[in-house]
Amino acid sequence: MSKFLKLTAAALVLATPALAEKHGLGRTAMPEEIAAWDKDVSPDGTGLPVGSGNALDGEEIFADNCAICHGDFAEGVDNWPKLAGGDGTLADEDPLKTVGSYWPYLSTSFDYINRSMPFGSAQTLEPDDVYAIVAYILYSNDLVDEEFELSNETFLDVEMPNAGGFITDDRAETEYSQWRAEPCMENCKESVEITMRASVLDVTPEEEGAEAVVDDVVEEAAAEPAPEPEPVVAALDAELVAQGEKVFKKCKSCHQVGDNAKRKTGPVLNGVFGADIAASEGFKYSKVMAGYGGVWDEATLTTFLTSPRKMMKGTKMSFAGLKKDEDILAMIEYLKSVSQ
Amino acid sequence: MADQPNQGPSRRQFLTSAAALGAGAGISAVAGSASAATPDPLITEVQDWASGLGDGVDASPYGVPIQFEGDVIRRNVEWLTADTISSINFTPIHALDGTITPQGCAFERHHSGAIELKKEDYRLMINGLVDTPLVFSYEDLERFPRQNHTYFLECAANTGMEWAGAQLNGAQFTHGMIHNMEYSGVTLRTLLEEAGLDAAGDLKDKWVYVEGADASSNGRSIPMEKALDDCLIAFKANGEALRMEHGYPVRLVVPGWEGNMWVKWIRRIEVMDGPVESREETSKYTDVLEDGTARKWTWVMDAKSIVTSPSPQAPIKHGHGPLVITGLAWSGHGKITRVDVSKDGGKTWETARLGKEGEDKALTRFYLDTEWNGEEMFLQSRAIDETGYVQPTKTQLREVRGLNSIYHNNCIQTWWVKADGEAENVEVS
Repeated sequence: MSKFLKLTAAALVLATPALAEKHGLGRTAMPEEIAAWDKDVSPDGTGLPVGSGNALDGEEIFADNCAICHGDFAEGVDNWPKLAGGDGTLADEDPLKTVGSYWPYLSTSFDYINRSMPFGSAQTLEPDDVYAIVAYILYSNDLVDEEFELSNETFLDVEMPNAGGFITDDRAETEYSQWRAEPCMENCKESVEITMRASVLDVTPEEEGAEAVVDDVVEEAAAEPAPEPEPVVAALDAELVAQGEKVFKKCKSCHQVGDNAKRKTGPVLNGVFGADIAASEGFKYSKVMAGYGGVWDEATLTTFLTSPRKMMKGTKMSFAGLKKDEDILAMIEYLKSVSQ
Repeated sequence: MADQPNQGPSRRQFLTSAAALGAGAGISAVAGSASAATPDPLITEVQDWASGLGDGVDASPYGVPIQFEGDVIRRNVEWLTADTISSINFTPIHALDGTITPQGCAFERHHSGAIELKKEDYRLMINGLVDTPLVFSYEDLERFPRQNHTYFLECAANTGMEWAGAQLNGAQFTHGMIHNMEYSGVTLRTLLEEAGLDAAGDLKDKWVYVEGADASSNGRSIPMEKALDDCLIAFKANGEALRMEHGYPVRLVVPGWEGNMWVKWIRRIEVMDGPVESREETSKYTDVLEDGTARKWTWVMDAKSIVTSPSPQAPIKHGHGPLVITGLAWSGHGKITRVDVSKDGGKTWETARLGKEGEDKALTRFYLDTEWNGEEMFLQSRAIDETGYVQPTKTQLREVRGLNSIYHNNCIQTWWVKADGEAENVEVS
């Protein structure tokens, strides 16, 4: 560990804690609190909850919760990460780094999915679901067969192909030692030719676009001290709309609203209140939603937002639902406000 | 010059500038000479602002930059990521001077969006191999002895898009995943000692796992040695509360090490006997070498520099004569001791003047006060830090690492400044 500090300094840094004075601040963490937050899983399996699942179960759970971004076969949609494939590509010109081809430890997949996924609904999956999803990702990478039961007990049986593919930072030997010489100041090279130009590639964002943003920013900022009342139609409760806008943050990763709204993983929601269910043009709805019928009103929205998958089993929307009634009320009021 | 790199412009330089000005009189490009015939109405006529009244106090209880500076903003490169919620934008370094980055334009990087976490709802837990697992409130943190330190934060992916060749046309986009702030906070060491480290036994092979409160649960493993050395639990930056996008109310500061480790909204610190090998320290923030093996635990950000002006977004507009070439330099290994600038793509180098003496793991501003008469330039800068490390060329980096790396690209950058003062990002032989 002493490679980033001189040995003597390291010894000093590590030496004194025993003599440290305490301030008597904070309180003892309770076991329930530690259990609620301490969920990380280490390569040796420490931290794994009891549970199990196989790729067959996982396929359906993956389709419901993950496929909208990662693709039905973990192949990735748009710029979202590909989770499968890439075997043997790491030394290629454009390596494909997936769970199968790159990730050295299986614990990392479990840990990440368990604590940070699905995107926008983190920490809603049960341990069995996580085991099943991980089994399905392994299956998608041809690393286990579909019956393989992944559990806290079989976890260490899985061999990750790239487990031996990593070395610890060796810059001190391979780089620093070469690059500490007094640098050249004159006649350092014979000629200088341009070998590549950024303007030829032309991938830099246009400044015009940025200036439009500037205007918005400035206007918003200028309005801050004495904000003009929002032009809200009489029937709407402005406070509730504002509250709903906050709740809508949960939805923003997939849904856009407003003038410049674009279709993302979910449809644009302008005008959704009062519209027919599954009516957003060009959006590929799940079968169940496409054939559901009816309109989005207070009743249908309340049912859907409470538990999307309970109302429409098989919906692509991988969101667990809003837990608080007040959030649902606010959200509906907000959706009304973008529907006028 | 070379033996007095930190002094102001030399007398000789001053004389050459003056001579050039004299010789240039009558050429329209020399400032002041062209419009001398007609009086400047901005001076001769009474302007509105010199006659009427301006805004009163409180017109803007929390001030924002004047409208004329409205283009000094963070910018995003849309094609880089799938979604702005898990994305990054860039500090407008081409338009800033000095070393401190204002919070409002300091780049953002979120994995699950910037969250709104109230101080009253904030909790920080220390658990694992400690004598007493503890929970702190925000108020508790403010009762520990505090320190102030200025450090740069650089994302490991800064300049990552430039590995394969010149891509993005602007210092903001090639080098803007960086900011530099003065932090106020409590040392991580203080909090670890409060929980007690006797239970951890020999600290030499121990690790600290840190985790954020947002949905990404971004977590990184830090060797105990670094945790006890200079890490800070920070709650103020540049004198005021952290911005939401930088981890309000509390973030971790890991000086000199890659930005991903500076966990925002930090909620938990666990003392462990090994690294977690989380997603952000295995599948990301590792560096694939030419043969397909990858380096891990490449935490330190090596010495690097960039000319911020002139640059593609900050072309020379003022005509011939005196020109200030300026830029930033930094090193995760300590202080910047020297910065050299080349105007000819690395054939010859001059040592620049440092705005002030380099500070430990913080941005250093450099200036080359020079003369420009429309000649084409291939502007480069190279930083040297207190360990004697000299910022490498892209060729040197590629020789060791190949072409498949993303992170830790600290190569020398070239701006091609043309006769009209416009600049372009190029790669040169």
